[in-house]
Amino acid sequence: MILDVILRVAAKMFIPFILMFGLYVQLHGDFGPGGGFQAGVIIAAAVILYAIVFGKDAATRVVPKWAVEQMVPLGVLIFAGVGVWSMINGGEYLNYNVLLHAGEPIGTYDAVHGQHWGVFLVEIGVLVTVTGTMLTIFYSFTGRGRPQ
Amino acid sequence: MVLLTLLAAITVGIIRTRNLFAVVVLSGAYSFLMASVMIILDAVDVAMTEASVGAGISTVLVLGALYLTKIHEDPPRFSAAIPLIVCVATGAMLIYGTWDLPPFGTADQPVNIHVGAHYIAESARETDIPNIVTAVLASYRGFDTLGEVTVVFTAGIGVLLLLKRWGDA
Repeated sequence: MILDVILRVAAKMFIPFILMFGLYVQLHGDFGPGGGFQAGVIIAAAVILYAIVFGKDAATRVVPKWAVEQMVPLGVLIFAGVGVWSMINGGEYLNYNVLLHAGEPIGTYDAVHGQHWGVFLVEIGVLVTVTGTMLTIFYSFTGRGRPQ
Repeated sequence: MVLLTLLAAITVGIIRTRNLFAVVVLSGAYSFLMASVMIILDAVDVAMTEASVGAGISTVLVLGALYLTKIHEDPPRFSAAIPLIVCVATGAMLIYGTWDLPPFGTADQPVNIHVGAHYIAESARETDIPNIVTAVLASYRGFDTLGEVTVVFTAGIGVLLLLKRWGDA
């Protein structure tokens, strides 16, 4: 499989577009279908395609194991951190209305803008955890070799 | 209707075949058909998730698991009578439960008159996010989504605990 020229060239052509589509699904989730869960899976799929065609060692050089393992809790921390930030700003947990201070008058909040930022950050948290978990599971399964 | 017939055919195929590789491919096809059903029901976000997670990632992960084990399923050691009775009883109870549900798509059912109306009327003004699904998922129901992410996190940690070789990092 590693010597298959057509597969390698096709995969090399596809992977940038898959990654770009993943980012599109992530960042365009406010306007069309999609969001962190779907985008996370699509980006993980790009790395898995790379691992299948070019071998697992090549994939772990690009996306190392320790990185994906740290992405798993990092996304939850980003999500929960947004909630803590809204509590620090005086609102309820995960109340995005209070994320951003409006300039004038002092002490008020820019609710709509805060909602934008809240959803954006939370979706990034989802993306990070989903991508990390999918790749962690994939690496764990493929890293064991065939038992004899 | 065509889709549902195909779904039933694939289900029978999954049950009948003993070749696990064929089962994996068939369940991928099943997920794609489910995604098409979701599109017909106008649930594009769900369809996208079903296509990417159900047909994409889980097929690859199950193939990876299959690589570690045998391709062929052993013939069953016990009679299928008790599982069959349990499945039929559960299915009958679920169908009995659907008799109490309001007809699909009626305007006065609880789903449509409680908070749904507020989301449709106000989410564009309150959050300025055109996709109501995203607004509900990430903002109004942010705490639920945090729970979902935690479930994914727990799954990742569980696989790591079971399968990681701690010697070579």
